[in-house]
Amino acid sequence: MNFMHFDEYRQLQARRQFLKNAACGFGSLALGGMMASDGLLGAVADPLAPRKPHFAPKAKHVIFMFMEGGPSQMDLFDPKPALQKWHGQSLPAEMTKDLKLAFIKPTAAVLGSPRQFTQHGKSGMVLSDYLPNLATCVDDICMVRSMQTDAFNHHPGQLLLFTGSIQFGRPTMGAWVTYGLGSESQNLPGFVVLSSGVGTSGGATNFLSGFMPSTYQGAQFRNSGEPILYLSNPDGVSREAQRAGLDTIKELNEKHYTDTGDMEIASRIQSYELAYRMQMAAPELLDFSKEDPKTLEMYGVGKKPTHEFASNCLLARRMVERGVRYILMMDASWDTHTNLNKKLKEKCDASDQPTAALIKDLKQRGLLDDTLIVWGGEFGRTAMAEIRNLSDPDNAGRDHHPNGYSMWLAGGGVKGGTTIGATDEMGFNITEDKVHVHDLQATILNQLGFDHTKLTFRHMGRDYRLTDLSGEVVRKMLV
Amino acid sequence: MRFFFSALTLVAAFAQPPDFQRDVQPIFQKKCMACHGASNQMNGLRLDDGEAALKGGYSGVAIVPGTSATSPLIARVTATEKAKRMPPAGDPLSADQIATLKSWIDSGAKWPVTAKKQASPKSTHWSYQPILRPTLPEVKQSSWVRNPIDAFVLARLEKENIQPSPEASKTVLLRRLKLDLLGLPPTPEEVVEWQSDKRANAYELWVDRFLQSPHYGERWARPWLDLAHYADSDGYEKDNVRNGAWRYRHWVINALNEGMPFDRFAVEQLAGDLLPNSTLEQKVATGFLRNTLTNREAGVDRREDRFEQVINRVNTTGTTFMGVTIGCTQCHDHKYDPFSQKEYYQLFAFFNDAEDEDVDAPLAGEMGPYLRALPEYRNQKNEILSKYKIPELQARWEKAMLTAIDDPGKDVEVDFNVTSMKAMLDFADRMIRKGPQGRTERESERLTNYFVNNPGTAFKGDKEILAHIKEAREKLNEANAKIPFLTQAQTVRRNQDKSVTNIAVRGDWKSPGVEVVPGTLSVLPPMKADGARATRLDLARWLVSKENPLTPRVIANRNWQEFFSRGLVRTSEDMGVSGEKPSHPELLDWLATQLLDNGWNVKQLHKTIVMSATYRQSSNSRQDLTDRDADNMLLARQIRMRLPAELIRDAALSVGGILNPSIGGKSIKPALPKGVAELGYGNSVKWKESEGPERYRRGLYIHFQRTAPYPQLMNFDEPDSNVACSRRRTSNTPLQALNLMNDPVFFEAAAALGEQVSTQATGLTDKLEGLFLQCLGRKPVESERASLAGYLDRQTALLVKEGKSTAESQKGAWAGLARVLLNTDEFITRE
Repeated sequence: MNFMHFDEYRQLQARRQFLKNAACGFGSLALGGMMASDGLLGAVADPLAPRKPHFAPKAKHVIFMFMEGGPSQMDLFDPKPALQKWHGQSLPAEMTKDLKLAFIKPTAAVLGSPRQFTQHGKSGMVLSDYLPNLATCVDDICMVRSMQTDAFNHHPGQLLLFTGSIQFGRPTMGAWVTYGLGSESQNLPGFVVLSSGVGTSGGATNFLSGFMPSTYQGAQFRNSGEPILYLSNPDGVSREAQRAGLDTIKELNEKHYTDTGDMEIASRIQSYELAYRMQMAAPELLDFSKEDPKTLEMYGVGKKPTHEFASNCLLARRMVERGVRYILMMDASWDTHTNLNKKLKEKCDASDQPTAALIKDLKQRGLLDDTLIVWGGEFGRTAMAEIRNLSDPDNAGRDHHPNGYSMWLAGGGVKGGTTIGATDEMGFNITEDKVHVHDLQATILNQLGFDHTKLTFRHMGRDYRLTDLSGEVVRKMLV
Repeated sequence: MRFFFSALTLVAAFAQPPDFQRDVQPIFQKKCMACHGASNQMNGLRLDDGEAALKGGYSGVAIVPGTSATSPLIARVTATEKAKRMPPAGDPLSADQIATLKSWIDSGAKWPVTAKKQASPKSTHWSYQPILRPTLPEVKQSSWVRNPIDAFVLARLEKENIQPSPEASKTVLLRRLKLDLLGLPPTPEEVVEWQSDKRANAYELWVDRFLQSPHYGERWARPWLDLAHYADSDGYEKDNVRNGAWRYRHWVINALNEGMPFDRFAVEQLAGDLLPNSTLEQKVATGFLRNTLTNREAGVDRREDRFEQVINRVNTTGTTFMGVTIGCTQCHDHKYDPFSQKEYYQLFAFFNDAEDEDVDAPLAGEMGPYLRALPEYRNQKNEILSKYKIPELQARWEKAMLTAIDDPGKDVEVDFNVTSMKAMLDFADRMIRKGPQGRTERESERLTNYFVNNPGTAFKGDKEILAHIKEAREKLNEANAKIPFLTQAQTVRRNQDKSVTNIAVRGDWKSPGVEVVPGTLSVLPPMKADGARATRLDLARWLVSKENPLTPRVIANRNWQEFFSRGLVRTSEDMGVSGEKPSHPELLDWLATQLLDNGWNVKQLHKTIVMSATYRQSSNSRQDLTDRDADNMLLARQIRMRLPAELIRDAALSVGGILNPSIGGKSIKPALPKGVAELGYGNSVKWKESEGPERYRRGLYIHFQRTAPYPQLMNFDEPDSNVACSRRRTSNTPLQALNLMNDPVFFEAAAALGEQVSTQATGLTDKLEGLFLQCLGRKPVESERASLAGYLDRQTALLVKEGKSTAESQKGAWAGLARVLLNTDEFITRE
């Protein structure tokens, strides 16, 4: 499939639509009739109309669980016994000569991990004792221990992960997917953002549409206040009053459409109708009261410390059921420069159970096969300790490490129970099957049915893609 | 076997040096020329021309005649690491080919003069050619022509056998004019006055009246601020508030209102600090360059962040003044336009010596109270400082910091403090090095302020000292709170120490290539520099010189875009080879000529445009043009434009009668829905709501926090302010519908309007018409009146049914009706 320049696309649609309307007569009756059947206008002029990808997809939905700040791979996924040997000592200069670190010097002392690693499941995948629940799902996940990125600061790292470039202004992965596939849901946005914890370094740049139309940007469901901005009617406006108002807005807009013949008015009428449907559908989406209490318990909804993360996981499943295409869950504060052991435990305690529940729940409902889960941060953490307060060595943390870290994927055509790639004994560099962020992006697009080199958008005279100029699909991850 | 043959050839090669044309050139042609030939010189290396090839590329020499072992070219074609090996795609060079190259280099790399390069293609692209002074075309329907714009447009239409559209209705024209020139809808009084204005030149008089209004500067500042990518915060993770950013916006509004010629407007913003005896306002203008993001994440490499900032300044200048995608050449020569990577870094060199400087830039009325309070403040401050022995403690701290700066790695804690100080406090190390005597008062203030807030680990957790400093800090904060506010502006100044610029090989700041000096694009007429080394001021003057054809075209086109929703070149950010062609090239050149001839008078250009018959046409779609010109390239009609984000807010506040029309000044913070500020990193975004009438100021004054922007602006396509934006997208989304229907700001405006109308002592019809007129600048037609009346009846009945009193229900229904009108497509559209 060839993607046109958006301006061209709009022109073409407008032209086709104008002809259709002309054929139907310009009257508001005809328009009303079309709107009622939810048909023609929606299918033709809507930039969010569902579209087919380049080839048959393995995944129809993506849940990107973004652990902002950089989870520590050597304390969770990639055991490094050698660190224990060197614990508390500086490494010889030749071992650290290529390291570029944000805060600490290459001469910093090594920090061994006190975590216990054991094998799990049929596959025997190794995980740390901080993840007892994920341990019960290992045969559904593909662990990548050889992730690589180019940036060692948060915001640039997040830009690279989500837009394929450390420069500002490019569309994010969710926008690319929405641009490529449109939206399946009639009542909800195609690209939704959920967040937990405090805000992330990348903020809105993790889900904006860059130089693409804003139609493709993520709709943020907020974790405080209203879930969607301005979703509820102002105080004192009942549902009937809102509908009555909408009917009159529509009458006036239809009249003006007849007068001017401007297609934008037809789109505006549609937008108002979808807004109203969202007002109706969102409360149902957010209402967990009909969920089996066992399900709530499995996720950890309503319990400390899991509630916030669990609610987002459950919401993600409910969105998948309702046709939302791409869900970005952003969980802040994995940036453990200090107090690593304590803080990492807190993060795991809040998220491990809900994460495992999400995998299992999707699986038992038959949704995991076409839902791709991606879990990870913008980079990993160093082998060496960062000690900001010398009087308290127990508060040691780890610095940013872009050259070798771990992420995992599940569902959506990913080969469960596999571990891909390896890093050297100190975890500095990748020794096997390097997976650059661009390769991950290529693989995600591949599972959605896209050749990442052909999903392009023309901007300022150049065809841009998510994977910039590189990226190769990592076949080893796939079934 | 393979090795055997290769070895044989090798021996043979040594026996007799290869012939360049027979043996070497074919290898270059087959393997290298696609990227290092006449049309393309990746990394500056060119292998189709002996002189250029032996000179090398941006990384330095590639061929060392006589020694293949030290020739980077050989190292690259024999590299084992795939990422380094040349050619990057296709099969690597064979052992034979490598041997031939080695042997050729070892024998002196002789390049016969007969092996001549192909000539580089010279650009014939339209926008780089001199501006034509087009003659006016002949037209048949000369009565339609009001000014030369119309002659160009009509000539084209006649050629296509298309009739222009009729003039828009009088009410539409007034609303169009006022929205385009001032960004506000007409008041009902203005509509009445306009309709009864029978003067022959009434239209022109109203145009002049609007052009004199101080709201003109507000309306026209916004597209300029999109290019400058103005914001009130640093961006990136920390996203600190920039307290003085608005001072630059204030300057832009004033400059536009006073009709500053565009050449001055440009020169002052790019190089106001370098003008002879530059005034404060001229320095304030350089705030244009200060809208680049600053990464204050503690672990950031300052050199990298500075590099990114200069890149942003070069690219912003390219987009804003030249309308070319110069940013492409950060990493390689341009694929389409005749710009080399070397030229990019020549432009970079102009900006590389510009350094940030915050200066006192008081507005009228600030200085008096400040100066009066200053002696008392200084006394108080000095008292506190000496009482708490801050200078002594600070000296200890400075010494510890300086030691760690000069000799890092000794104490990780202090190292960490240094890293974060460098990120948070600009020029921290320089200020420390100057010593207490060498600092300006502002520098001392900033450093002491930083010290008392971040005494860090220089005192090794000495709780007593830290508590002591904390007490001093609180006292200082109290004293600081009493000194009257003095505005500071963000500006730049030149630092001669930073004049060395190298090409960044592949755009990577860590790979410096050859050194370059400031210079402009060779495809355009040459620059005249004042001194031996050209400066930003020379660049600015060159951009707006009469010889440069690009800037006048870019500026004329972008101004046109604001009146017709698209430029004569639709890609207003790219007039280069890959941009679109102009729909009316002669008209564009005529407009550019007008600008130059009228001394870059932009207001005059605006007047010329709105006076034209082309501008005054109806914007209704035409079925006869659906197939031929659905996109209105030929301008056979005007076009409906959805209002930009800020103007939607302004229109609602204005018709609701709650707009605060004061001009200029600080940014405001209207009420923010819960959960928005929380999007900022680590809950660091503080949003203290503006109080009283401040919160009802126009949209362009809304504080723009880059990581947590005001949602109504973003919902309606305000650019994210990270890079220059030459034209906004216009989306049409359900989130916009929710925003207009349910955002308290719009609801409040509707309620105020409903209240105002319902309490008028007039009949139902008058009320309905008054409300409609207030919102849309025209009276309703019969069917619209019926819709409104029907709604009013149903809504009143519904509210009564919901338990409200009749009076309350009527009031509620009027507010509801106002809300309906604020939600019509017509309300948020310029017809």
